[in-house]
Amino acid sequence: MSGVIELLEHKTVPVHSATRWYYFGGITLFLFAIQVITGILLLLYYRPTVAEAFESVRFIMTRVEFGWLIRSIHSWSANLLIFAAFVHMFSVVFTHAYRKPRELTWLSGIVLLGLMLGFGFSGYLLPWNQISYFATKVGTDVAASAPLVGPAMGRFLRGGDDVGAATLTRFFAFHVMILPIITAGLVMFHILLVQKNGMSTPPWVSPSGVRQMRFFPNFFLRELMVWYFALAILGVLAAVFPWELGDKADPFASAPKGIRPEWYFLAQFYTLKLVPSHVWIFEGELLGILGFGLLAGSWAVLPFWGMDRTGAARTRLVTGVGVVLVAYLATFTVLGYYK
Amino acid sequence: MELNDGSTGCCGECGSPPQQTRRSALSWLLGAGVSASLASFFYPVLRFLNPPHVTEAAVNEVAAGKVQDLKPNSGKIIKFGNKPALLVRVSETEFKAFSAVCTHLNCTVQYQDSTRQIWCACHNGTYDMNGRVVSGPPPNPLEEFAVLLRGDDVVISRRA
Repeated sequence: MSGVIELLEHKTVPVHSATRWYYFGGITLFLFAIQVITGILLLLYYRPTVAEAFESVRFIMTRVEFGWLIRSIHSWSANLLIFAAFVHMFSVVFTHAYRKPRELTWLSGIVLLGLMLGFGFSGYLLPWNQISYFATKVGTDVAASAPLVGPAMGRFLRGGDDVGAATLTRFFAFHVMILPIITAGLVMFHILLVQKNGMSTPPWVSPSGVRQMRFFPNFFLRELMVWYFALAILGVLAAVFPWELGDKADPFASAPKGIRPEWYFLAQFYTLKLVPSHVWIFEGELLGILGFGLLAGSWAVLPFWGMDRTGAARTRLVTGVGVVLVAYLATFTVLGYYK
Repeated sequence: MELNDGSTGCCGECGSPPQQTRRSALSWLLGAGVSASLASFFYPVLRFLNPPHVTEAAVNEVAAGKVQDLKPNSGKIIKFGNKPALLVRVSETEFKAFSAVCTHLNCTVQYQDSTRQIWCACHNGTYDMNGRVVSGPPPNPLEEFAVLLRGDDVVISRRA
């Protein structure tokens, strides 16, 4: 405890033109805490079987007092969390905070983002509605299409050859037990690294000349205000646009018109739509999936190609790649939504 | 390799310190033992995670309803074993049936009466009434089933 108090007394935050971006890591953490609380509440009523999942969520939304609100907050918060995590990641890229000695902080952050997407993907299926059923069919088939390990991974995710009762049970286990345990440990590790290395300053700011703000209480109170603001946005979204439940999944119905995944998978979804069936001798689907894998892998090791031998950031290269990636994700997400 | 009691601190002709030799042998044994233990713990867990293959009775023929249930230029999804199949009444007298599983990413296709084609809503793939890919990302045609009319009953079966 004395260590924590000492840390709080001595920790400072640099004040410069990009200080506002420091808040997004905290917002992500705050929304994760909301996910944990509302997730535990939903667990009191949710039943993870094909026969009862949809009905139990409908029961939560129609019969349990404020059930609609708790579920709506859980769904909206999940989406805002992923948005905040993306903003946090790109702010790290554009302020070049990934450079030495913060390579491990970046890597743990990338794994955490992957875990958040895993939470989103596994949680999406749990209401067992038509949209989530087909999204899971496509998503697990994408995994199964990967070379070598794909088929085994597809079977592992589905709990069999097709999306069905076994998949729901597995996704429930991933969502409420396996992913939370891994995430909790990694979040602590990530925060520990941030405390150990201190706050990064962008390359264009001189670390010696920059003004410092005390973390406690000055920055902490500002962060609290930002959290309160995030909570207000979340409350408005959840209350004014309650999350819909849709129709119960029917494995023997056609995929509904206008089907699309959650917004954070729309760019990949639209790319797969555009890739032709065959490119030269390769199946287009396989090429698309390999492309995503290569992109994700290269992005994960950004600190290693984004720095020169002295540990200084290759600012032009990284900023350029970052801008192209943001442009691709934004454009294809919008196109995936409207087309 | 010779192991002595290590009391002299050297191993004569071999030149390597005996304690280190003994220690490395023990470390190797310990490491191998721990590795074998871990493997014996994790192997069953890994096997447990792999879902068992459930063999289902092979379905080669199903009753797809009555002729009058389906209007000309319309289609419906029916169960073909544990997979969906698409039955289309092309005209008064002609029926066609296909596997309804899109060859792209496993979505379930549907019949579009406006274009008289089979369409997958997931990634906008289209097939003609012979199951061949017309446009979009599907890499292969749909499997076609044989349709038999037995009186008023429509029966679809896997082609030999």
